[in-house]
Amino acid sequence: MDRVDVSQPRLRTAGLTAFYGPTAAIREVSLAFQPNQVHALIGPSGCGKSTFLRTLNRMHEETPGARVTGLVQLDGDDIYSRSVDLRRLRRRVGMVFQKPTPFPTMSIYDNVAAGLRLDGRVAKATLDDSVEQALTVAALWEEVKDRLRSSATALSSGQQQRLCIARTIAPAPEVVLLDEPTASLDPQGTQRIEELLFQLKQRFTIVIVTHNMQQAARVSDTTSFFYLGEMVETGPTRQIFTAPVQPRTEAYITGRFG
Amino acid sequence: MRKGFRRAKSRVMVGLLVVSAVLAVLPLFLILGTLMVKGVGSINWAFFTQLPVPPGESGGGVAHAIVGTLLMVGTACLIGLPIGIGAGIFAAEWPASRLATATRFIADVLNGTPSIVVGVFAWTWIVARQKHFSGFAGSAALAVLMIPMVMRTTEEMIKLVPHSLREAALALGFPRWRTSLGVVVRTCLPGIVTGALLAIARVAGETAPLLFTALGSQYMGTSLQQPMAALPLVVFTYASGPYDDWHRLAWATALVLILVVFVLSLAARLATRRRFDGPR
Repeated sequence: MDRVDVSQPRLRTAGLTAFYGPTAAIREVSLAFQPNQVHALIGPSGCGKSTFLRTLNRMHEETPGARVTGLVQLDGDDIYSRSVDLRRLRRRVGMVFQKPTPFPTMSIYDNVAAGLRLDGRVAKATLDDSVEQALTVAALWEEVKDRLRSSATALSSGQQQRLCIARTIAPAPEVVLLDEPTASLDPQGTQRIEELLFQLKQRFTIVIVTHNMQQAARVSDTTSFFYLGEMVETGPTRQIFTAPVQPRTEAYITGRFG
Repeated sequence: MRKGFRRAKSRVMVGLLVVSAVLAVLPLFLILGTLMVKGVGSINWAFFTQLPVPPGESGGGVAHAIVGTLLMVGTACLIGLPIGIGAGIFAAEWPASRLATATRFIADVLNGTPSIVVGVFAWTWIVARQKHFSGFAGSAALAVLMIPMVMRTTEEMIKLVPHSLREAALALGFPRWRTSLGVVVRTCLPGIVTGALLAIARVAGETAPLLFTALGSQYMGTSLQQPMAALPLVVFTYASGPYDDWHRLAWATALVLILVVFVLSLAARLATRRRFDGPR
């Protein structure tokens, strides 16, 4: 999957500002995401970390009145360029949401296959393989292999979230964005997702928004701290949590606000 | 002491609410009961299969009106459901657009328009122009009544689907039309079907718009270009006629009508039930 040199970031933003109407939710954010790493975005509620994440697969612009200035590059190409096919972009940059969002009318199998079927007819054997593989990577296969045809809504919320991860990775994206993926899960479900991230980063570039600092410390290789729409500090996770440069980062990490 | 007073007050209030609830459903039971008593005796095989007999003779049936109602309501569905559902999807997908706002407002006005006004409208535009009454004019009038109902329920059902589901589909690379039809509409399809069935039930019993359009007929006819019989029209004509046999048929027809509405509502209920969790 490494089509580009490892030294070049898979995903990069420069001077990125995102607006809701006249209000800028994030200002001048420049970040780079290396492949096969987990990048955590932390910060208090309303700091713009989710908005930033949503600019990376252009979901931000689905909100009426939302727009973006600045640059986002995927493998060196501007994703906001006119020639970009939005649907293909979103297949290269997958996203998992805070609440599990399985399609309620579809079976477990059809949920995972949904993204694969967008390209038209796929041979059943190929589809079966891809579905099994995605569910295996998402650590759900053993639990659902005997009931692939039953409703996705019958699963527990932790299983539903892993199903959504399987659905996201089935079309083989390059980047997986996770927007507080464990916020609605119990500790056990959370732990399984966190373990899963170590598997996922073997194949994908991961960007995860979390308001749980312990989680960021546990799962990520690099961490960026957002505050009031600004990207305050970014660096290796260990450094951010043990020796932050910015006083605001230190104040947040040590629990003095947020 | 005070506790006892509060308890008593609570009991009185609950009692009032229970009385209201009973009063609310009482008319339905009275109607059903009366229709049963007066109508069920005249319902037999001939009632469904035979045509009316000349006044004075007993027996006969309303087969022509059953066929007429089926044809006219069916045609009204063919016209009204696609337009209503389409308009509802549009209004839900582009909620802030000027066209959607206008359509929504007009649909609400139309929903409150007396059905006889719609009948006069259909008379002016179809019957007066063609210079003859027709089943098609009746269908058109019924379709006009259905469209705003179906549109608004469709829109409301789509709005009930969580936004997160739409986002999940878009984030997966679904094109917008596929997100809308394959995920959002599909998720609320039972609700849309329910809305459609309730609209059908409502127009199946409409009389006023048919008076100026389909007119009614004593003969079996399947041409929508001819005047056509319908169950509500039979009730109207026979109940206001002078013969006892007519009155009996009118009661029986009314009973059949309300049973049709009942069955459609029941079907609507069943449609909203989740059916997915069946056998794998």
